[in-house]
Amino acid sequence: VVGLATVFGAGGGTSSYREIEEADVIVLWGSNARETHPIFFHHVLKGIRRGARLYTVDPRRTGTARWADVWLGIEVGSDIALSNALAREIIHAGLHDRAFIERATSGFAAYAASVEPFTLEEGERLTGVPAAAIREMAHTYAKAPNSQICWTLGITEHHNAVDNVLALINLALLTGHVGRWGSGLNPLRGQNNVQGGGDMGAIPNKLPGFQDLETMPEARARFNQAWSCEIPPKYGKNLTQMFEAMEHRELTALYVIGENPARSEADAHRARALLEGLEFLVVQDILMTETASLANVILPASASWAESEGTVTNSERRVQRVRKALEPPGDARDDLWVITQLARRLGRDWGEVTPESAWEELRSLSPMHRGMSYERLEALGGIQWPCPDESHPGSPFLHGRLWEEEESKRGPRAPFSVVAHDPPVDVVDAEFPLRLTTGRRLDSYNTGVQTGLYTSPLRRPETIDMSAADARRLGVQEGELVRVISRRGSVVAPVHLDDSLRPGLVFMTLHFPDQVETNILTIDATDPKSGTAEFKAAAVRIERLAPVLA
Amino acid sequence: MDLRIAPAEPTPLERAAIDAVVGAQEPRSAHVALGGHAARERHDLLLPALHAAQAARGWISREALAYICDRLTVPPADAYGVASFYAMFSLQERAATVAHVCDDIACRANGSEALIADLERRPRDPAWEWHRSPCLGQCERGPAVLLQRSGTGAMDEAIAPADAGAVAARAANPAAAADGPAVPQAGSPELRLLRRIGRIDPASVDDHLANEGGAALRKARDLGPAVVIAEIKASRLAGRGGAAFPMGVKWESVAAASVRPHYVVCNADESESGTFKDRVLMEGDPFALVEAIALAAFAVGADRAFLYVRGEYPLAAERMAHAIRESRARGLIGELEITLRRGAGAYICGEETALFNSIEGKRGEPRNKPPFPVTHGLFGKPTAINNVETLLAGLEVVRLGGAAYAGVGTQGSTGTKLFCVSGTVRRPGVYEVPFGPTLRQILELAGGMREGRSLRAVLLGGAAGSFLTPDEIDVPLTYEGVRAIGASLGSGVVLAFDDSVDLDAVVKRIARFFREESCGQCVPCRVGTQRQVESLDRLALTAAADSRRREIALLDDLAGVMRDASICGLGHTASGAVRSAIAKLGVLGGGS
Repeated sequence: VVGLATVFGAGGGTSSYREIEEADVIVLWGSNARETHPIFFHHVLKGIRRGARLYTVDPRRTGTARWADVWLGIEVGSDIALSNALAREIIHAGLHDRAFIERATSGFAAYAASVEPFTLEEGERLTGVPAAAIREMAHTYAKAPNSQICWTLGITEHHNAVDNVLALINLALLTGHVGRWGSGLNPLRGQNNVQGGGDMGAIPNKLPGFQDLETMPEARARFNQAWSCEIPPKYGKNLTQMFEAMEHRELTALYVIGENPARSEADAHRARALLEGLEFLVVQDILMTETASLANVILPASASWAESEGTVTNSERRVQRVRKALEPPGDARDDLWVITQLARRLGRDWGEVTPESAWEELRSLSPMHRGMSYERLEALGGIQWPCPDESHPGSPFLHGRLWEEEESKRGPRAPFSVVAHDPPVDVVDAEFPLRLTTGRRLDSYNTGVQTGLYTSPLRRPETIDMSAADARRLGVQEGELVRVISRRGSVVAPVHLDDSLRPGLVFMTLHFPDQVETNILTIDATDPKSGTAEFKAAAVRIERLAPVLA
Repeated sequence: MDLRIAPAEPTPLERAAIDAVVGAQEPRSAHVALGGHAARERHDLLLPALHAAQAARGWISREALAYICDRLTVPPADAYGVASFYAMFSLQERAATVAHVCDDIACRANGSEALIADLERRPRDPAWEWHRSPCLGQCERGPAVLLQRSGTGAMDEAIAPADAGAVAARAANPAAAADGPAVPQAGSPELRLLRRIGRIDPASVDDHLANEGGAALRKARDLGPAVVIAEIKASRLAGRGGAAFPMGVKWESVAAASVRPHYVVCNADESESGTFKDRVLMEGDPFALVEAIALAAFAVGADRAFLYVRGEYPLAAERMAHAIRESRARGLIGELEITLRRGAGAYICGEETALFNSIEGKRGEPRNKPPFPVTHGLFGKPTAINNVETLLAGLEVVRLGGAAYAGVGTQGSTGTKLFCVSGTVRRPGVYEVPFGPTLRQILELAGGMREGRSLRAVLLGGAAGSFLTPDEIDVPLTYEGVRAIGASLGSGVVLAFDDSVDLDAVVKRIARFFREESCGQCVPCRVGTQRQVESLDRLALTAAADSRRREIALLDDLAGVMRDASICGLGHTASGAVRSAIAKLGVLGGGS
């Protein structure tokens, strides 16, 4: 979202699901959507059925890749090299959209110069993907009437996550595949309401409606007035910066709502030590998480699905009503009630706050939500922002302004970004010869807090997945327990043979921290711009537990 | 639908057999893979690939299935669904050779139960095993057995008539190819479709050319497609598969369809109990059928045709494959590509839309109609589908001219018709007559009943047809003639039963046939055919009038539901023969 916000002034995927279904080319980059975004993947399948060509860019030949017309199995962390090689080929073949670049973008000359070294051969050398496949993808992506690029954590869980996203945005700017029906750039979200959290200002640098804390003083003034207080005019800390602040004892009290950082942070040893060192920890959650077990105060919350009233925003920016069907169990309380009560104890009585009254306040302060009354949300089956007034139908896609004939309506130009190929921090060498990448499976969600309670016929315990060739070389068998060692720690896990992996590439999930704490191995080399750690690239070696008898 | 394919290694033999169908595997690259639309477009290779795996090892192993799925990008659940649909495929390990022993109604009248009793008495041989089978289409020479073999160079083989000793001997030692078909009327100058059978070498393209081969197709090319279709329409030729749809109308619709490509499909999946005429035509005169398919393709503007031969016809499939190759090589059919597909044991695949699904590598379940095949047929494209006899009749129309052809037969039923006469007649076989003779005359042509026996009943039209009594055999065997007595010619089955046959058992066998061949897709048929079997079993055991009335009412009810609410003809016709036997012949105690 940081990358999209930097280039276009607004975060969030640009396109509707419907546009995915009607695209000619769909690129899933760093996304195993078949397993991790199965509902979104249904839209992809509809597109495929209508004839869309699917490209997947992923080190693993995943279930998603098996649906693809072309799988480009890049080396972990070589996304920018691939993107730059695609761009150079597009430019050299004359397939870039000169008129669009001229009118709606800036910085093309510097960008074109920066990708010049990335010949197809250099692309092949850096990514491993044959030059012919890079060339074919470049031509098809550029020439198609409508092309979509969608990505997930394979792009963002790297030390240079924002640069990765910028590299993808460059491709869309280069070919004019953004701001039009059917073409776009879409980060896929892990939860039904990640987008909604951002919409509501639950990010350290934005007020609700993505109004910037530092650069939009008039917006801040409106909030000051509405809330009769003075909002500090500076950005807050993202999660990574908070952990750094804990390390410096600058931050000593933490209020955690619906997160499980004791489990989900890279380098879990360090994360837990820091949480344990806090003076005061409050956790508000629907389940007794690992983090909650460290807390001084636990506030049991109702689930936002079925037990709460309000709205959610999905990946296509569609705000939808959700309704309460059940009373939450025991002492669990609605988040809104908990926060209101907390405010009262802290000396601020907000009176009776209902989901709708909170929503009405948001509409009065966030221009992009202004046209979305509860009544209209209900009548239209959800509305996609921006929706500035009650006669506005909502916006299926973003940044259409870039295609306006009149320069005044076109708004600020979208800048190309010069991004350098910068391989993973954790280097593969003789001592740690295997590249470990992490990810998710269909039947489990993140650390398993929400899915672990339910059985699934597909679920199998944590394993260290590897190619049959690596297993042969290491002399290990399916199911055999081995020690996986990184520069930060080691875990023990059983071997699982997986033909989606090439020799040298191994894979683990982070679904079963109670059995195998994968994040002991991962590196918290973090992108300074997004605060995301490089979960996708660690260097490891694997040792047999039992000594081999001669 | 998912593409979780467990890593698994087929045996070298399995891999080689599958690769022969889908192409050799490229070495897997660590960094790129192609698939998607290009791979899924080869989905129709699934059925031949399953055949290859089955023939290689004698059953389809999990490893072979996974390998096929990997190569064709088919989800394993889909492929399993297809493999388990067909009777000739086994997903469990079994003996290398399997004898399918027909216990259906025609063979039943010719000693199949005695054969089965003999087989049951034999000590078990690990090299082969046997199973009961529905009609194998060898009805003129029952009891019939199909040997399904596996391993390198394995050829399936029909044995008919069969005895237990011959089955055991041939299971152990494959013999030379079986005899070609016999035509009782051989040499008669009145024969048209059958006239070359037994007179020419079915493996010789030169024999074909020396006996008018290719002449009709050449004539058609001179006339042009529009005139050919006009001639077919003038001939009033009706489809011989059972539905009697005017062939000219069908071809005209396909030819006029703007969607491309167009396909021609030859339905050689005759599986109706008691039907064997298309087998005789393919085994005896394969080059004529190739020419007839080429004629249809020329008329409707198709570049590609499919010939779908039922899996139980190994000799017909072999001879057709040879004739297609030779015809191509000699330039007789131009650039037309004719793809031969073998079925794998499923009656329902004779239904035209089920047959399309089967070719496409899906379960052979019928589609809802409309849309009809002329607009949405094979691969969703305009398709002319006709059975073997109809296509060959089309060749006759071009040869004679539409008006002259219409002069043969009767006003409502033009041309000649093949009848599959079997059961307890003296000379069973395929008979060809101009439409017109009565059922009595056809039975007399086949020599009538055997010495000392009298006719008890005739099953007209096969399991999907109905029983006639000896009082009804003066009906003329024309479309209009049989319609007048509420019957149907169906595929031309005339199955005669004399007074020695246990008709109760025949009727129960028919009911079982439908239960087992129901594809299970739609509820009325899936449940109805089972309920019909149960009701007949109860009817056989009870004499109490009240109970019998209840059963008869139930059978009527089931018949109505299946007729009204089933998707395809199987459900529509599943009760006809049973009901007619009870009502008219007093079978199972009778009732009305």
